Amino acid sequence: MILVYAEHDNSSLKAETLKTVAAAQKIGGDIHLLVAGHNCGAVAEEAAKVSGVAKVLVADNAAYANQLAENVSLLVTELAADYDAIIATALTTGKNFMPRVAALLDVAQISDIIGVESADTFVRPIYAGNAIATVQSLDAKKVITVRATAFDAVATDGSAQVVALGQATDAGISSHVSDELTESERPDLGAAPVVISGGRGMQNGDNFKLLEGIADKLGAAIGASRAAVDAGFVPNDMQVGQTGKIVAPDLYIAVGISGAIQHLAGMKDSKVIVAINKDPEAPIFQVADYGLEADLFEALPELEGKL
Amino acid sequence: MKVLVPIKRVIDYNVKVRVKPDNSDVDLANVKMAVNPFCEIAVEEAVRLKEAGVATEVVVVSIGDKKCEEQIRTALALGADRAIRIETEVALDSINIAKLLQKVVEEEAPQLVILGKQSIDSDNNQTGQMLGALTGMPQGTFASEVKVEGDKVNVTREVDGGLQTVALNLPAIVTTDLRLNEPRYAKLPDIMKAKRKPLDVKAAGDFGIDLSPRANVIKVTPPAERSAGIMVESVDQLIEKLKTEAKVIS
Repeated sequence: MILVYAEHDNSSLKAETLKTVAAAQKIGGDIHLLVAGHNCGAVAEEAAKVSGVAKVLVADNAAYANQLAENVSLLVTELAADYDAIIATALTTGKNFMPRVAALLDVAQISDIIGVESADTFVRPIYAGNAIATVQSLDAKKVITVRATAFDAVATDGSAQVVALGQATDAGISSHVSDELTESERPDLGAAPVVISGGRGMQNGDNFKLLEGIADKLGAAIGASRAAVDAGFVPNDMQVGQTGKIVAPDLYIAVGISGAIQHLAGMKDSKVIVAINKDPEAPIFQVADYGLEADLFEALPELEGKL
Repeated sequence: MKVLVPIKRVIDYNVKVRVKPDNSDVDLANVKMAVNPFCEIAVEEAVRLKEAGVATEVVVVSIGDKKCEEQIRTALALGADRAIRIETEVALDSINIAKLLQKVVEEEAPQLVILGKQSIDSDNNQTGQMLGALTGMPQGTFASEVKVEGDKVNVTREVDGGLQTVALNLPAIVTTDLRLNEPRYAKLPDIMKAKRKPLDVKAAGDFGIDLSPRANVIKVTPPAERSAGIMVESVDQLIEKLKTEAKVIS
């Protein structure tokens, strides 16, 4: 049996969870989905429709409101006794609490898998995606996080049984103070079919507006390189790369981005890559399907006008 | 308060790694090595806490062979007071690293442990969280701001949708994100001074922990190469190609 941790914000299930369930199906066995949160009934309803899920466990308690690692790891560890594998998505919530679960269970964690060879053997990128390791876990219980972009989402035509859990494990050593979330009308960066990203070549934050019109026309999310984030052009949650978000959209448009190893790690599995850069030697052109050597300040308005 | 900073020796972030022809691992022979960038940020944060009068002592620990003393000396030159090296010839799984660090935490009793959020070689992003679980300490992972206030530390974390601030009871674990600070460069006099700072060496085997591997690396291969693309001449041609050839826009 496999326990999959559902990623959500107490009101809706994140699309990445559907991909994590797909990874769980490749491992094989009955799949239970755990929804831990507070006032998260809507999420539980959505979770019940996820195809391939036999049961949805709902831990609805104030202790899990912000999914603090200290509390959630205790809950998951308690439930783990009944499962052969515990799986979460390699998003910030999963990355935060899962290694605690692994340590409490005294097992290793296999992070950020992109492939399943068998129930104990997994494929994962290392060295910023410049090498791919095939790893066999020797632990009886597997603790795994999944790179959602590497798996295709399962359907939402299921009807799993929903079971309410009574647990309320509060470690009492941490508390939530505040959130400062970026408001955006655009699709979520990790799940968008088209992503347009700007780098240092954008020169300042205001110029990111040049990407907005194109993003609107293509239904795209807007991303950024680390250089653009560090320079303060845009907030860090827009960063694509080894240490930011990993994306694999159908179309990735890199504008004014040189293509450092760390940036490529976050986007090189995109189906089609377009690079717009005025430097013909920029490494981004080595991975781009279509390269346009041009001044972005001329090319972007033209592109927006012609789409 | 005492701050403990575990650091790791890794391949320099600018190096393009090569996979060995026998697919056993990546080739690290004659490759430039450095302090893992996230660990450098952790050292910088600890030193800043000391400069601000919050920390009284900064202790650096690294697990590895004699060569990682080079990176330990770098951390000492950046302002750490003393160091511990846990001698091992083999690369250990994160869980075993965390268990060794747990012993160091028990011995040193730091109020704050600051680690990098991930090492750029294994890309695991596990050790800090595991150490948190083993020591029972709360954790502030992916930190972009750390403020010690009385017997608590407020940590602002970089999360998927933006930022989240949590309050943790001390002692606590913090793992650093890139935005936490900009590490300083070591000056020559500090590098000279660092050579005289204390460095204790302990054998990993002396801690009485079972360090046997938890996973077998079956093979390491290069990633699939992307086929070479084409350069287009104009925005018109780009749109045309995306519509008719790639069929990703309509």
